[in-house]
Amino acid sequence: MSEKDKNNTPQQEYSLNDDRRVKVLSPGRLVMQRFIRNRVAVTGLIILAFMFIFSFVGGWISPYTENQLFYREDNQNKQYAGVTENKELRYVEREAGTFPALAQAQFYLARTKGSDRFEYQGTIYTYKEDGEDFFSIYTGGQEEPMAFASTTIVTSSTSNEKVPFMLQYLLLKSLEDEKDSFEYEGETYDVDEEGALKKGKEEIAFASKYIVQALMSDVFLSRQFREELIEEVEKGAKEFSFTDTDGVTYDYTITYNAATNAYSVMQSQSTKVFDTYSPPSSKHWLGTDRNGMDMLTRLMYGGRVSLYIGFIVVIIETVIGVILGGISGYFGGWVDNLIMRIVDIFYCIPSLPIIIILGAAMDAMRVDPQIRMIWLMLILGLLGWAGIARLVRGQILSLREQEFMTATEATGLKVSRRIFKHLIPNVIPQLIVTMTMSLGSTILIEATLSFLGLGVKFPFASWGNIINDVNNTYVLTNFWFIWIPAGVCLVATVLAFNLVGDGLRDAFDPKMKR
Amino acid sequence: MISIVILIFVAFIIYVLMRCLPTSYLEEVARAKSMQPGSKSFEEWMQQLSATYGMDKGIIPGFFSWCGRAIRGQFGDSWKWTVPVTQKFHDSVWLSFIMGGIAFVLELLIAIPLGIISAVKQYSKTDYTITIVALTCFSLPTFFFASLLKLVFAVKLKWFDLGGLIGRSYQQLSPAGQFWDKAAHLVLPIITLVVISIGSLMRYTRTNMLEVLNADYIRTARAKGLSERKVIYHHAFRNTLIPIVTIVGGSLPGLFSGALITETLFSLPGIGYVSYQSMVSGDIPFSMFYLVFLAILTLLGNLISDILYAVVDPRVRIA
Repeated sequence: MSEKDKNNTPQQEYSLNDDRRVKVLSPGRLVMQRFIRNRVAVTGLIILAFMFIFSFVGGWISPYTENQLFYREDNQNKQYAGVTENKELRYVEREAGTFPALAQAQFYLARTKGSDRFEYQGTIYTYKEDGEDFFSIYTGGQEEPMAFASTTIVTSSTSNEKVPFMLQYLLLKSLEDEKDSFEYEGETYDVDEEGALKKGKEEIAFASKYIVQALMSDVFLSRQFREELIEEVEKGAKEFSFTDTDGVTYDYTITYNAATNAYSVMQSQSTKVFDTYSPPSSKHWLGTDRNGMDMLTRLMYGGRVSLYIGFIVVIIETVIGVILGGISGYFGGWVDNLIMRIVDIFYCIPSLPIIIILGAAMDAMRVDPQIRMIWLMLILGLLGWAGIARLVRGQILSLREQEFMTATEATGLKVSRRIFKHLIPNVIPQLIVTMTMSLGSTILIEATLSFLGLGVKFPFASWGNIINDVNNTYVLTNFWFIWIPAGVCLVATVLAFNLVGDGLRDAFDPKMKR
Repeated sequence: MISIVILIFVAFIIYVLMRCLPTSYLEEVARAKSMQPGSKSFEEWMQQLSATYGMDKGIIPGFFSWCGRAIRGQFGDSWKWTVPVTQKFHDSVWLSFIMGGIAFVLELLIAIPLGIISAVKQYSKTDYTITIVALTCFSLPTFFFASLLKLVFAVKLKWFDLGGLIGRSYQQLSPAGQFWDKAAHLVLPIITLVVISIGSLMRYTRTNMLEVLNADYIRTARAKGLSERKVIYHHAFRNTLIPIVTIVGGSLPGLFSGALITETLFSLPGIGYVSYQSMVSGDIPFSMFYLVFLAILTLLGNLISDILYAVVDPRVRIA
């Protein structure tokens, strides 16, 4: 109450102008004033306002959508090829299996003994040294060798197939004799200094002391690639890049493995991967989550879902609670008794386990996430109305004995009008307080369920299911930005609801002495 | 008497709910269970299911036949644990009870004095601090708080393990060492439980204390010239104890119900975690048992608080 100063002229003192009147505040204004004076409650209100703007406007301002996926380029090194410098004799047979390993051993023995013939399983072989580390092996007095041994290896330039035996032999022989061509089966083949074998202009094979093998069966290494690779290997380079015929450049790294005496070549390829768990940056203020979605945007949409569910559940609870509580309190007698026993029963039903069971059953039946959300709200609402019914009934029991109710009866108002027009409005203060408080607790329950993976499901975000990721110990330890912001939002919102509820209770209470 | 009627109705609702689960789901679960090593065959499970729950009968006769068995303690075999439900319950409930009990005592020791202080010094800085702390504790989601504790004490400081009841070297420890190992694993869960539940009791104490402090007999006591100490601890506190004792007594049976979320988060094999696993894996016998058990505990709590109310407050007489 406030009065204007009285030191004015006498006429004004007795006037009935507005400025002379005692200012009377309506009960609503009084409550508001008391509420505003409560600093803690106002803080809660500000937090709530911020959360509402954050969730409802934020999702609209945010440049990303709820389920937008982000990718990043990732360099993956994969084993591409192996290079070995050949230092041992390799045996090539004309026909597979005609010169087995034991015969090879006999050849080796004969060579160390210096004899030019050896025997294996009754066959007599002779051999001829065609050059350094190059031997041709004959049997049965034939002119053409049936096998040869060399440290140089002939590989086809065009495919992964084997080069015909005689071509291999003649190529090596020409290289050894430093001839630049030979004839085989009526055709002329050219041999160049680097060991390439050409038929006309087309290169069909080449000889090299290095064995280059592709590590994947679907990869064919071109002659050019092999040559460049060998060149780099001989130079002792660690890295090199190669542009293939399609004009794509790849980077390769070469590592030498002393144990196997081989070089392994890794191709680094950039692939597009989901941008998961990327730390906060200017593009994603709170980083990205496990699916490569923007965390801040998810948080906004999550808040929206959490608040929606909270409100709808509380509305369901209140509607059922007010109707049943009102009827029960007004009529009394057996109606009251019956409804109160029903309330007792609902009090007794363990709601969290039941929701968990239903959630698990919905999981097993693969219920659509959206329908699931509706079910969740219905179940939470249906299990939670008992408290409100009790509150409303208690209030009405004491209110209906008061004079104004006798007056309504005397004026002959309808029963429904008496309950819902005259009794319920008097319960509204307590109802608002309880609703605010239960908004907080509903959001908590929803978050708990979503955290357990039984509430709101992907693709929908909810603060609970965002924190769910923390079940993964690696995330718990390393990615604070995944779960701490969601937790803070959750605590802040629930706390704000409780603070506001508390403040409202104090403000509504006329016995308050402040 | 009325409690028993309510219990029967609650059991009936739970039973109906279970019956309403699609049969395909039950069969699927039973089939999955029968794949487990050492489990009964699918037909046996289904037979047991229909025998225990009267699936072949209508809902109401089925309910009564199930009730008859349940009263005699025949809850059947758990699907998930493949042992009788009551045995699994017996194995796991004591851990929950010990944990809940310790947390409960700590909660009382912290919450009641703080509540009284904040009521006595109403509208002071202390009061605001305590109120905000209480409301924050009240608003903390268990899983978030537990994760924070894990991050700080288990991951960063490495004082405790992330979860479980026994450490890796448990078998090599002496009996005393084994005891301390278990105790160490219970520290974080108990802190979680205490912090989560402390808020409401603190608020409750404060509200009641405020009410008592505004009563006429307190004014009389002050007018008599009693010391403030005596007024508060002798006259006000004793009267505040009436509602507190009632509510504390009422929550005693709840100690057996286990802390579902906390135990799950710290993977402690208490009744809460065991039943959570059962519920998630669709273990109907165990879940049914647990739900009925919880309902009994709630009713028992109400009963105890009613009786205590009459015992503690001489003004209340049992009609």
